[in-house]
Amino acid sequence: MAANRPSLNPSAPPDDDPDVLPKAAFRSRSSSSRHRAERIPSSSSNSAVAFERSTSKPVASYGSKRSDSEKLGSQREINDDDARFVYVNDPERTNQPIKFADNSIRTTKYSVLTFLPRNLFEQFHRVAYVYFLILAGLNQVPQLGVLTPAASILPLAFVLGVSAVKDGYEDWRRHRSDRDENNRTAQVLAPGGEFRPKRWKDILVGEVVKVTADETLPCDMVLLATSDPTGVAYVQTINLDGESNLKTRYAKQETQSTPPESNAGLIRCEKPNRNIYGFLASADVPGEKRVSLGPSNIILRGCELKNTRWVVGVAVYTGQDTKVMLNSSGAPSKRSRLEAHMNREVILLAVALVALCVIVTVLAGVWLANHHDELNDLPYYRKEDYSKRETDTYNYYGVGWETVFSFFKSVILFQVMIPIALYISMELVRLGQAFFMIKDKNMFDEASKTSFQCRALNINEDLGQIKYVFSDKTGTLTENKMEFRCASVGGVDYSAASDGEEDGHSITVDGETWRPKMSVKTDPELMNAVMGGEGIEKANRSRDFFLALATCNTIVPILVDTPEPSLKLIDYQGESPDEQALVYAAAAYGFVLMQRTSGHILIDVLGERQRYDVLGLHEFDSDRKRMSVIVGSPDGTVKLFVKGADNSMFGVIQKNLDLDIVHATKTNLHSYSSLGLRTLVVGMRELSEHEFKKWQSAYENATTALIGRGKLLKTIASNAERDLRILGASGIEDKLQQGVPEAIESMRQAGIKVWVLTGDKQETAISIGYSCKLLTSEMTQVVINSNSRESCKRKLQDAASMSSRLAGAGSAKSPLALIIDGTSLVYILETELEEELFEVATTCDVVLCCRVAPLQKAGIVALIKNRTDDMTLAIGDGANDVSMIQMADVGIGISGQEGRQAVMASDFAMGQFRFLVPLLLVHGHWNYQRMAYMILYNFYRNAVFVFILFWYVFYTEYSLISAVSEWSSVLYSVIYTALPTIIVGILDKDLSRKTLLKYPQLYRAGQRDERYNLKLFIFTMMDCIWQSIAIFYIPYLAYRHSDVDVSGLGDLWILAVVILVNIHLAMDVFRWNWITHASIWGCIAATVICVIIIDSIWMLPGYWAIFTMMGTGLFWLCLLDIIVAGMVPRFATKALTEYFWPSDVQIARELEKFQNLNASTISEIPLSTFFSHP
Amino acid sequence: MNPRGDSTSGSDGAPEPRRKSKKPKYSRFTQQELPACKPLLTPAIVVTTFAFIGIIFIPIGLLSLSASEQVVEIVYQYDTDCIPEQLQNDKVAFIQSSKTNKTCTRTLTVPKNMEGPVHIYYELDNFYQNHRRYVKSRSDKQLRSKASETVTTNCAPEATTSDGSVIVPCGLIAWSLFNDTYSFAVNSKIIEVNKKNIAWQSDKEHKFGSDVYPKNFQMGGLIGGAKLNASIPLSEQEDLIVWMRTAALPRFRKLYGRIETNLAANEQITVTIQNNYNTYSFEGKKNLVLSTTSWIGGKNDFLGTAYLTVGSLCLFLAIGFIILYLLKPRTLGDPSYLSWNRNPDGHY
Repeated sequence: MAANRPSLNPSAPPDDDPDVLPKAAFRSRSSSSRHRAERIPSSSSNSAVAFERSTSKPVASYGSKRSDSEKLGSQREINDDDARFVYVNDPERTNQPIKFADNSIRTTKYSVLTFLPRNLFEQFHRVAYVYFLILAGLNQVPQLGVLTPAASILPLAFVLGVSAVKDGYEDWRRHRSDRDENNRTAQVLAPGGEFRPKRWKDILVGEVVKVTADETLPCDMVLLATSDPTGVAYVQTINLDGESNLKTRYAKQETQSTPPESNAGLIRCEKPNRNIYGFLASADVPGEKRVSLGPSNIILRGCELKNTRWVVGVAVYTGQDTKVMLNSSGAPSKRSRLEAHMNREVILLAVALVALCVIVTVLAGVWLANHHDELNDLPYYRKEDYSKRETDTYNYYGVGWETVFSFFKSVILFQVMIPIALYISMELVRLGQAFFMIKDKNMFDEASKTSFQCRALNINEDLGQIKYVFSDKTGTLTENKMEFRCASVGGVDYSAASDGEEDGHSITVDGETWRPKMSVKTDPELMNAVMGGEGIEKANRSRDFFLALATCNTIVPILVDTPEPSLKLIDYQGESPDEQALVYAAAAYGFVLMQRTSGHILIDVLGERQRYDVLGLHEFDSDRKRMSVIVGSPDGTVKLFVKGADNSMFGVIQKNLDLDIVHATKTNLHSYSSLGLRTLVVGMRELSEHEFKKWQSAYENATTALIGRGKLLKTIASNAERDLRILGASGIEDKLQQGVPEAIESMRQAGIKVWVLTGDKQETAISIGYSCKLLTSEMTQVVINSNSRESCKRKLQDAASMSSRLAGAGSAKSPLALIIDGTSLVYILETELEEELFEVATTCDVVLCCRVAPLQKAGIVALIKNRTDDMTLAIGDGANDVSMIQMADVGIGISGQEGRQAVMASDFAMGQFRFLVPLLLVHGHWNYQRMAYMILYNFYRNAVFVFILFWYVFYTEYSLISAVSEWSSVLYSVIYTALPTIIVGILDKDLSRKTLLKYPQLYRAGQRDERYNLKLFIFTMMDCIWQSIAIFYIPYLAYRHSDVDVSGLGDLWILAVVILVNIHLAMDVFRWNWITHASIWGCIAATVICVIIIDSIWMLPGYWAIFTMMGTGLFWLCLLDIIVAGMVPRFATKALTEYFWPSDVQIARELEKFQNLNASTISEIPLSTFFSHP
Repeated sequence: MNPRGDSTSGSDGAPEPRRKSKKPKYSRFTQQELPACKPLLTPAIVVTTFAFIGIIFIPIGLLSLSASEQVVEIVYQYDTDCIPEQLQNDKVAFIQSSKTNKTCTRTLTVPKNMEGPVHIYYELDNFYQNHRRYVKSRSDKQLRSKASETVTTNCAPEATTSDGSVIVPCGLIAWSLFNDTYSFAVNSKIIEVNKKNIAWQSDKEHKFGSDVYPKNFQMGGLIGGAKLNASIPLSEQEDLIVWMRTAALPRFRKLYGRIETNLAANEQITVTIQNNYNTYSFEGKKNLVLSTTSWIGGKNDFLGTAYLTVGSLCLFLAIGFIILYLLKPRTLGDPSYLSWNRNPDGHY
């Protein structure tokens, strides 16, 4: 039995250079090992773990992936200092002298004690808050006390409080889910030798835990035994890495047979780390020699046990030490472009603030200097204090100091010029926007049952300004669901796959019918050839071809029950969709992979059951670009089956054999890839007894080698894979996702340039480009695929001159498409040619990059990002897209077939490529529009108020007092006017979804910064100065000769400003629903109530002022006049521009209104129905 | 055994957000399709709005002006006038001296019939009752109750006398209480001045205590203004209460009293002014104002003018917009105005 041979140790790692591999490059060619290269580029080493999927390997596999821990150089035994000692079934001894972390988990950020300091610390990372804190501190200096201490800290306390409540609530929810999690129970071996339930949080390292089918694993455990006699267990790691297929894990033979209670021994394992695909340990089992343990022997917390009745394992990492917990990483933090622009205007406002303060200071200084001698004569100044025995100055420090104090006092008084509530408002608005994006049913993926995810909460508005979309191909544009389409066997093309048998091929086992879960259309001619109807040579060749497909893979067949008791479905589980497709194809042609056990596979060959011993398996790696398997056939021969990418395979075939076939195969391959199919070449060789022996000893030496194991294995594989006889080639179709061509067309109309970056070969990339309408027949294609710097340079220059010639041709110019491959990019990126590429690429309408490595993808994104202000978006699904996703301004992960690193690195995640259209065109547009308006409005709102205070200063001898009661002043920006803008920022829509989808061009408003720019800011500020003048001077002039008191006039001013800014907002609201009504009018009412309450406190000087004021007609007339006079300029300007210089958005609004586009059926519009514009 | 449903909670908060999410339930709210009204500034609405405002504002303006017109106001500036000729050069010395005769009698002519009650105001100018140092120098607690008599925190420099005893009412505001007095006579017949209820009822009831009596007031080294009768509680010291409603602007009026009778046109009123209050050291003006009231308060031409201006501006805008709309009409919602339709060859 294979398992007894030391060389079959599954942890024996072959090598593979995991970094910088273009996943898709070999995915398209060597389906079986596509996943091998799914590595995170080295740039993102920590946040995303390297994907190492050795786990679903059969026991007999001759090697698994080198784990990251090994990569780190610890191929030798773990040093005792770096090891964790786990005494199996002896938690007391294990936890001495140091107790390991218990199994309770804590995903919360705060505890009750640390909440306040930690949350405040985090919040004060925002410079604006530090500014407000300093001002509040300054205000406590008696000479500078403009506000009462309580009032001065209230606004800051309020915004900090709202944020803290929000953070606290989120943390409380995490806390609750932690508690539920910690109190779940698991079966733990008790001293009596039986398994008893124990709460998860009480599980200790060293304890033996039993898990039954479909249960979730409570901690990271080394497998001791499973219900399967060979020690196999299957786990689903969907919670860990998002992959839904089953992974195979193994218990060591040494422990498999031991009854659980008599397990003993010592496991030395590495210290906890975050690499979920690496594990390095050794076990001393009593009575056996030391065995080494690898990633395939550990099952991780968060996984679910599947298809296995039970497993017994010993806890090695618990609680916070588990890999899933170590991998919890926060969402990436980015800053949106709007916010960056906003900071520019905040600085402008700060300058304006300083200017106002300087004006006041200078005037105050001049006044003090002029009146220096009479200060004591002014009853309202009274410099001297006579109440003491000696005459003293009262609160007076000389003209110089008083002037300096004036400056600080004015800063304190005018501090709200910097809108304190803006930051918290933006947070809340983004939260609301995220809610609506997540809840959008048009972005819910029915197939994978995933809804939209917002991982980054601070770049929502960037979605409305995207200029470049960089898209991965496989899994992003396509479904990554592979279908076997055609084959070339022996140089003959069989692509007439028709509807064969409806149910596909099936076999009978013990009276039961087993049928592959997916049927594949078969080509009758090829079928005939397999059956022998076309002569013996064709029959042998085609049989070998399908035998190769059925054996040369790592697929695990799993039987699934159906309602019919006699019918079972065979589900081929594996990591590579290409491999699955090939095995299903083989099954359809009569080569049904039935069972995979530790050392052999069982194949039903045209009704005859055959057992193949899997003697060795050479993993895929990026240098070889192929994988191979060595099997012992039932007839005693040893065969090597190889499959791999065409260029790598044609290098290792026997040169002078079957030249016609090779030539014909090449032709076929070319036509397949022109159809957009993913191609693979299959070859084989029989090994002689001598060769096999030589190989075997080398292989055993290599697998037991302690140093350089991977390299050795690679060499052995390369030595074995030579002189192959070509069997044929396969063409697999990766279907385009639904709605991709329409989505690309929409984005193109929206002025978004779509660049496709793929690892596929050029022909495949171009054909996919055509099928998704990225390329059209009228386009002029510029292809750059060179092997040297010089030719790259030449081609770039040619392209540049061509594009300028075309541009000169005027309106009739045909669009340009640039197609460039990874080899050329090597010579271009990060050299002086980069600039030329940029010039050419930006004039092209479409750019297709093929055969690019992950880091090159990031390089291309950087090419645009570093040279323009345009916003970039990268979308991808695989690990090879991570670097590009992180590089782009907005990163989107497709939560599809390929695991979750792309999602983990992304800012947003969704199920389908076509959701980009509603995401950008609808939500992006809305978010941008809303946020832009909200920021401008917040600036305006606070500035109006500050200017009112400023004008009043001129009538108080520059003594920095405000007529508005200080409580109203501090409540102004946080209560009186905050809510409506937040509500409008969340709910308002300038255009309906339907219009935005019908006219994708409307998206360009965001690209042009139409809703937020310096011009608008200046316009708003001018408006704001006019409004402040209206608010201040109308009452001033009206009450010039009256007996009005400070508080009464102050109340009029505050009410006027609150009503005016709310009316201003109301005028700009596009859509009035009941929530908008409630918030705007409610806010005005709330302000009136607040003012009334403040004026009902006898302690304050303004007692009853509002009632007295409201009792006079003058008050109401003033209010009305202020509102009308304040709004007239803005209203007139708005009416004028909307009618005579309408923006596209404005015209679309009119269209909506007058063409009744917006019937009640908006929500029923299927997303795939995009209208072509008239 | 754990049901499958909660098995994913193992990774809540861990790197993996809940993956199997439920399909969002359709609701008009979550899909942002709440029924809504979409106002649009169509020419009709713009013109109607402006015209409407004009039509409303112009009558209001006219009404205000006529109301203001009906108010009869006599303003008499006496600060310079009431100083004897020979002392004009040293007004401060005049006012600070205790020996000079500060009584000043003048005759005012009633221009029109004044229906009672006629309000008597004094109007000060260049007096910054809203100055920070001044406004803060008071103790509302002390004013309200006897128990808080010693609360004089903010009252400096008029919190205590030089021997440390508490001043009630403390603070600069009370200290500088206005102390000119007026009396009126028509044809040698004294006109009664009603000084009751010149302060706000709310102030008398809640802000100034009926058990708080003036104490040590104006006993310091510097006399700021009026003295108070120590036997009358603060709640009945209405002049003080009026004075302590600090004015919003440097030129302000304060109610002095009312004449309940009518004054006939061309009547000669003899005013006897006790010119005690020192505004000379800071060039403050003092006016005596007799005024009737209307629904817009005292005489106030500004508001009517403002309404007329805004109203006519709006009418003008309405007409302007009509002309513009006629001269350069545009079909609303015509797709051919969309930028990409106007300029199809442009950057696509």
